[in-house]
Amino acid sequence: MIHFALLISRQGKVRLTKWYTPYPQKQRSKVIKEVSTLILARGPKLCNFVDWQGCRVVYKRYASLYFCMCIDPADNELETLQIIHHFVEILDRYFGNVCELDLIFNFHKAYFILDEILIAGELQESNKKAVLRLVTAQDSLVEAAKEEASSLSKIIAQATK
Amino acid sequence: MDTVEKIVEDFASDIAMSPFSSGTRLRDMIRAIRACKTAAEERAVVRRECAAIRAAISENEPELRHRNMAKLMFIHMLGYPTHFGQMECLKLIAAAGFPEKRVGYLGLMLLLDERQEVLMLVTNSLKQDLNHSNQFIVGLALCALGNICSAEMARDLAPEVERLMRSREVNTKKKAALCSIRIVRKVPDLAENFMALATSLLKEKHHGVLISVIQLCTELCKANKDALEYLRKNCIEGLVRILRDVSNSSYAPEYDVAGISDPFLHIRVLKLMRILGQGDADCSEYMNDILAQVATKTESNKNAGNAILYECVQTIMGIEATSGLRVLAINILGRFLLNRDNNIRYVALNMLMRAITVDAQAVQRHRTTILECVKDADASIRKRALELVFLLVNDTNVKPLTKELVDYLDVADPDYKGDLTARICSIVEKFSQEKLWYLDQMFKVLSLAGNHVKDDVWHALIVVLSNASELQGYSVRSLYRALQAYGEQGSLVRVAVWCIGEYGEMLVNNVGMLEGEEPITVTESNAVDAAEVALNRSSRFPSTSERIKQIVAHNKENIALELQQRSIEFSSIMQRHQSIRSSLLERMPVLDEASYLVKRAATTQATISSEKPAPAVTPGGLKLPNGVAKPTAAPLADLLDLNSDVAPATTAASTTTAPSFFLQDLLGIGGTNSSMAGVPSSASTDILMDLLSIGSSPSQSGPLAPNFSPPGQAETKPVPAIPEAIDLLGSLSSSSSLSAETKPVPAIPQAMDLLDGLSSATSVSGLNNTAHPSITAFQSATLKITFDFKKQPGNPRETTIHATFTNLTSSTLTDFIFQAAVPKFVQLRLDPASGNTVPASGNGSVTQGLNVTNNQHGQKPLAMRIRMSYKVNGEDGLEQGQVSNFPSGL
Repeated sequence: MIHFALLISRQGKVRLTKWYTPYPQKQRSKVIKEVSTLILARGPKLCNFVDWQGCRVVYKRYASLYFCMCIDPADNELETLQIIHHFVEILDRYFGNVCELDLIFNFHKAYFILDEILIAGELQESNKKAVLRLVTAQDSLVEAAKEEASSLSKIIAQATK
Repeated sequence: MDTVEKIVEDFASDIAMSPFSSGTRLRDMIRAIRACKTAAEERAVVRRECAAIRAAISENEPELRHRNMAKLMFIHMLGYPTHFGQMECLKLIAAAGFPEKRVGYLGLMLLLDERQEVLMLVTNSLKQDLNHSNQFIVGLALCALGNICSAEMARDLAPEVERLMRSREVNTKKKAALCSIRIVRKVPDLAENFMALATSLLKEKHHGVLISVIQLCTELCKANKDALEYLRKNCIEGLVRILRDVSNSSYAPEYDVAGISDPFLHIRVLKLMRILGQGDADCSEYMNDILAQVATKTESNKNAGNAILYECVQTIMGIEATSGLRVLAINILGRFLLNRDNNIRYVALNMLMRAITVDAQAVQRHRTTILECVKDADASIRKRALELVFLLVNDTNVKPLTKELVDYLDVADPDYKGDLTARICSIVEKFSQEKLWYLDQMFKVLSLAGNHVKDDVWHALIVVLSNASELQGYSVRSLYRALQAYGEQGSLVRVAVWCIGEYGEMLVNNVGMLEGEEPITVTESNAVDAAEVALNRSSRFPSTSERIKQIVAHNKENIALELQQRSIEFSSIMQRHQSIRSSLLERMPVLDEASYLVKRAATTQATISSEKPAPAVTPGGLKLPNGVAKPTAAPLADLLDLNSDVAPATTAASTTTAPSFFLQDLLGIGGTNSSMAGVPSSASTDILMDLLSIGSSPSQSGPLAPNFSPPGQAETKPVPAIPEAIDLLGSLSSSSSLSAETKPVPAIPQAMDLLDGLSSATSVSGLNNTAHPSITAFQSATLKITFDFKKQPGNPRETTIHATFTNLTSSTLTDFIFQAAVPKFVQLRLDPASGNTVPASGNGSVTQGLNVTNNQHGQKPLAMRIRMSYKVNGEDGLEQGQVSNFPSGL
């Protein structure tokens, strides 16, 4: 299983954290610090796996962002790499050529997408389109609710005039 | 300029805002935070935002709630505390609308973890949402439950989740299946409720559902034996069919990854097959065909294909596969190992480690390639390869393998040497068939990486050396040669100096008159040892004793306190006690190998279970002739006590006084030595000292004493005459050279007293010039900490601090950790403490070395903040303090 997923920028700034194993809040920042220093120090041509505290961190760099997932040593590292790529491809399709800024200003969207890909640290959906369909369907639900609210407030405003 | 203006603008708008409307939008807040130039600015912006959010929370404004929650999540990601927003999550989840719930659940997963009690409050809302008519709301609830539910919630909500697995919506079905994984992990008893349902869902067509359900099955097998049996009977056919369908399926754009249809599904099925086939021949046979097909047909030019092959090999190795299939798997690994992609090589090594139990022969075939990987540039690969080599070693291949590793040691990265050295040493120790080979390898390792060799390794080497009488001459010559070439390797110098001291005459007889050079080759840090060696020499080579006297005389004025002290001691031995010198400096008795091994095993156990109180020592345990070093101020009395146990001989008292005084001194048992006593876990570092049983206090050697029979010498003899009494101690003097490093420096005034007025006035002043008085760095009701200082000669910036921790309470402190922080201009290095248990009532103490480098020496004084954490009676304790009373000039 995936214990946690992390997204860190090259400067070590956290862009997304998702915990599937309960780490107390205090320990989380320690984990993030340890893992990010471990990964940021590695050269470009080395393999994408690092052993860390009895677990294995699989990471991959896309442009200025490092996508990291911590798995059990018995898990398939190559598949985890594929899951990371799966996530990145979906982000890319959702945002249209995703960049770090998209993930900063729309970090909640990135979380919503991840929640459609992973639950309980396990893979949920291997079909990228299905994930996108689910996320956009929920987005439109939110839009509809917003419009309804604004039209409602207009009606109220008109009625009270 | 633009950004600056923007900050100013942001500032202005923030100030203008009324405190009750957290007016900025999420986007604006993120922008403001990103525009911050310094951490302080960022903190200020976050503080302002948090204040506004708190105000909004207390105002209870529902419209802004979900925007504030989004802001809080961002602030949380930056690492600021956001606990005050936790209740807001619950309110959002309880709201009716989808947007509120969506943000609420996200906040719940991000800001809370399952340990928080707030989480229990959400159970009711979750239950309602799981029964909601909108599938997306059900989906949100399932996702949250799957990611953070606790055992109680799992029990409460399992029936809902079970029902949702039967839903018609695929989205709900797969989420419910994954949610059940978490439930089963939290409450394994619930596995039975899910197994029939999971099996029936394997007939689904939708990949998302299949992947989720297969993972659920895997989890059920892990959780419950009955479930494993049930699934073996009922789902193996379904799995084989799924795998066949997906691997034979034609191009499906939705699931295609680099030409392979749904690698994720492949891998999940293979993984479950491994669990089902393990130890079950029938199941395994059923899978053979499809596994062979996947192993041969999968393309291996892309990561997705390799991931499947990797999983497939693991499954073949895990189940009761046919030999043909195994060969296929090993061949795939061989191909992986030769691959140029580091990731592929990494997993190959990983896999070979597991394959070695199945087919060691096949793995041996790849030995050369694996050895190449030990030398890889990638630390992850090196680590795997080294572990694998360690598993590969056997009696037949140990010599070539060790040679390769030792050769590589010469060129290896400095940070890698520690690991590599530890591995080589344990291989050499484990597989040494002949002593000569063992010694040779150890000398090589010491020469190439002596600084990385652990203490217990070279202690063991010395024990072996001491027992191998026929190889001592060879060893001492090899070491001498090595010493000249690699004088900077700490452990090598220690071992070599010890050997030269002990077996120096073998060096001389065979190689000629080389001994005069010896003290010069020794590095300064070890000059203490050298001086002692020289002393040993002087008794055995009368011709060179003149020269040695010079060295000793020279060292008398040396800046290093310990060295100076020893020199003075030696000179007094040489000048005043000519008659006893030769017996005093007799060669050390052969070390008892068996008892050392027992002891080494015992200390490793002792460090594991160091909490156990040391059993009281029976008087019989003190029959050791070397047991003089009791932590009392009057060792002589002890010595006599000991003697009187055996045979009363009180008349000797007055005549033995003088020599035993300086002997005591020689052994370094000043007042400070008592601080060494009663620290059971210090035994690991002081093991050699223990072995020689000098300085071993009752509590230290207590548990081990019965196993340890001292070298046969003067055991039960009555000791009425002086020469024999000294003989009894004779073996101790030479050993002090070894213990010198582990022992604390005796405090100066005491040393002076004990010197029996031998030292001249000049040396007294010399001492005062260079030494710094000890200080009490910290004292509370529980703890007292004293610092002793030692300066590195020639380097005024560096100070070695020897910290002694004494427990003033009547209960033992366990898990004791000492931490220190220093200002930026100072560098600090902490050595490992002698133990983590501080015995009660000052009945012994823990010591720790600190190395401080003051980069502004002479301009700024040393300062230090310290923190001690410990457990007393099972409760945590924490104390802090500042040390500002350092003596000047540090």
